[in-house]
Amino acid sequence: MTQANGSLPGIGPVLRTQDLQMRYGRGAGLVRALNGVELEAAAGEAVAVMGPSGSGKSTLLNLLGGLERPSAGEVWLAGNRIDGMSEKELARLRRQSIGFVFQAFHLMDELTAQENVELPALLAGRSPRTARRRAAQLLERVGLDDRAGHLPSAMSGGERQRVAVARALVNEPLIVLADEPTGNLDSAATADVLRLLDGLRAAGQTLVIVTHDARVTAIADRLITMRDGSLVEETRLTRGTVGRLAELTGLEG
Amino acid sequence: MGRTLLVFRLAARDLRRRPAEAVLLLLALTAATATLTLGLILNGVISEPYQSTREATAGPDVIASLGRLHGAETGPDPAALKALTDAPGVVAHSGPYLYTQAALEAGGVTVRVWAQGRHTSPADVDQPKVTEGNWVRDGGAVLEAGLAQALGASAGDRITLGGRSFQVAGVAVTAAMPPYPKVCYSPCRYGAAAQNAPPPPIESLPPTSKAGPPPGAFWMGASGLIWLSEADAQSFAKQTQSLGYLVNLKLADPAGAATFVRGHFQNLVTAPSLATWQDVFDGHMWLIEAQRTALMGGTWLLGLIALGSIAVLVGGRMTDQLRRVGLLKAVGGTPGLVAAVLLAEHVAVALLATVAGLVTGWLAAPLLTEPGAALLGSAATPAVTPATAGLVAAVALGIAGLASFVPAVRAARTSTVRALADVPRPPRRAARLIAISARLPVPLLLAVRAAARRPRRTLLAVAGVAVSVTGIVAALSVHADRYAEKAPGTDPRTGLSQALLMVAIMLVVQAAVNAICIIWATTLDARRSSALARALGATPDQVSAGLAAAQALPALAGALLGLAGGIGLAEVLNEDAVVIPPPWQLAAVILGAVAVVTALTAVPARIGARRSVGEILRTEAA
Repeated sequence: MTQANGSLPGIGPVLRTQDLQMRYGRGAGLVRALNGVELEAAAGEAVAVMGPSGSGKSTLLNLLGGLERPSAGEVWLAGNRIDGMSEKELARLRRQSIGFVFQAFHLMDELTAQENVELPALLAGRSPRTARRRAAQLLERVGLDDRAGHLPSAMSGGERQRVAVARALVNEPLIVLADEPTGNLDSAATADVLRLLDGLRAAGQTLVIVTHDARVTAIADRLITMRDGSLVEETRLTRGTVGRLAELTGLEG
Repeated sequence: MGRTLLVFRLAARDLRRRPAEAVLLLLALTAATATLTLGLILNGVISEPYQSTREATAGPDVIASLGRLHGAETGPDPAALKALTDAPGVVAHSGPYLYTQAALEAGGVTVRVWAQGRHTSPADVDQPKVTEGNWVRDGGAVLEAGLAQALGASAGDRITLGGRSFQVAGVAVTAAMPPYPKVCYSPCRYGAAAQNAPPPPIESLPPTSKAGPPPGAFWMGASGLIWLSEADAQSFAKQTQSLGYLVNLKLADPAGAATFVRGHFQNLVTAPSLATWQDVFDGHMWLIEAQRTALMGGTWLLGLIALGSIAVLVGGRMTDQLRRVGLLKAVGGTPGLVAAVLLAEHVAVALLATVAGLVTGWLAAPLLTEPGAALLGSAATPAVTPATAGLVAAVALGIAGLASFVPAVRAARTSTVRALADVPRPPRRAARLIAISARLPVPLLLAVRAAARRPRRTLLAVAGVAVSVTGIVAALSVHADRYAEKAPGTDPRTGLSQALLMVAIMLVVQAAVNAICIIWATTLDARRSSALARALGATPDQVSAGLAAAQALPALAGALLGLAGGIGLAEVLNEDAVVIPPPWQLAAVILGAVAVVTALTAVPARIGARRSVGEILRTEAA
């Protein structure tokens, strides 16, 4: 059983898992995607999860966000155990407390950037006017206020991912879960997105970022390494580390 | 040869890989081909009982009748008829027989009848076959079997004829006149004469009048036939002053009856009215003519829905098979090969549907064409001629080809790289609907956006339901039109109702297939957006309700359109003013259509909503 306790001094964990397990198949075809993972993320903390393909990173993120149910173990978010919640409760949790950023962006192709960002707010029951105003603010924050009326197909990968980040923030979530947010981006777009995530971290947004990209550690407080479904290493990243990686990625220290 | 083999091998493998879709295609096409087969072969099924009746009753080849003209001071001259009996080609005859008209009341129902005076001994030509009781006697009338059936009368019953009481001596069939309510002698005209010199109809009395026709004239319109003794017929003729004579002629060449009539036709109101045995047969056919019209109309409706179902299925398959198309192209398959594989699959299904439709139609035709009491024997086993089979096959292939053409061409034109990447066709953007939907509750927001994403499919859904409801409402309208008011005691449109019921059942089956096709395609298409909506906070119930509403809204629009279409179709099918079915029936059809579509959607939507969001998004992103 592995453990990564990331609670910052004086601040309780927003997110916590206990002996989290995920298995697919049975008998000879049994795959243990997660094997007793214990993880904590404190409020305002940015946690980067790295590891090779198939190490269970994305599965972990899906379980943290209630997109999949674990085979065993517990997931706690803001003091509530979520692994046993009904789909309806999970949906409410997702729209109130969790923002997702996906590698494949997962924007609605027929909606403009503005409409994509508005969507979670509308699903949360906000009025169209409130949703529109909040989306406009966030698009300005991610530097896309001039692209608000464009469809995803008319935007670059970096722009799409910034729209996805804005969408993740529209309901002011407790935590943002990002799955390979730079996985489909070139270097310049990666730098843009990392700068944006760094800004969120600086503003106190709790982040869990699953990635292959070492440059993401530039904006993380803690790096957790996974292999074969287990957490094998935890590194608390220092200012110096951040500064050095920031240099590598072109981010300001 | 090798290429053809490859095409068929690939097509066969694909059909085996997706048997459920193949079965849906087969069902959709079979409903159309079976109805078409029924419509085409219905013509032949009544001719055999009619021929049997003609043989058993020494049926005449020509019936000549001459009625007293309205306003004429003297009666008709039977000599004009006697001259016909000596005409070349006539080998036997019976008559002249006197006829008149009277109002017949039985069991509280009053109908008009032509009363024919007959000897008590059998005639050489036209020997009505007594199927119940005995032949005529003084005070004893024999009812034509169709009339007896309509009135529910049988031998021994008492009837009132022109205010006088009679006993029903028996019930008989004849091949010399169509059954109730299509009986008519001079001044009725038949064949070409009907166009040349139509007599003015005399409708001065209501159909329920018990008094009889106007003095010295005849009622026209729905009437039955009874046989009386000569003395009784004479007595009535004196009472009503409506008098006519008829002779039944047997020709040396029965097939030349029309030629004989043309040769002796005189465009004079004083000339006899000549009806051939073919005219009488047409009178029997009239009873199923409306059925044929309904079935042919139904075929068109079913063909339209089948076209929609197949287009949606093929489009859905294309979305699902894009990568396969890319692989085919990547290994050297030409765009032509890709199109040929797709077309070959549907040609194979269309040929199977042709066979299934021909067999179904052939088996169902006798059920729909019960010859009734007016003819002897049962409905003949209908014949499926090569022409019928060819036409049915052509229609099935045409529908399949037409529906597959656009997707086949689209698949052929899709770039190999794009196909290999399995990039789905981008959805349509309907800015206004998206803006409006933002103000709606979440399920309706999701529904409107899902419907707007694929407008062509949504239109097909609207059209499918509209066509089905059109057929059903038309059937209800015709059913509501109670013909009994015009021909008391019988409803010749029962046959039409039966045909429309069959079409309606086929339409419901077809509509269900269509709805399943559309729902299947929509559910596949909406997998990613539904999962994404759930990831962003929509509950499974909201997503399911959204998908169901995305089908229910077009179904409602289609049902309302179908309501108007059905009444319009009934107007076309009916010679008389259409009768609107009761509001509760119309409401039941509309709500039923919406409920069925919603229920059909709810199942796949619920199943989809149970799948893990993470799994769907991972699959869709892969």
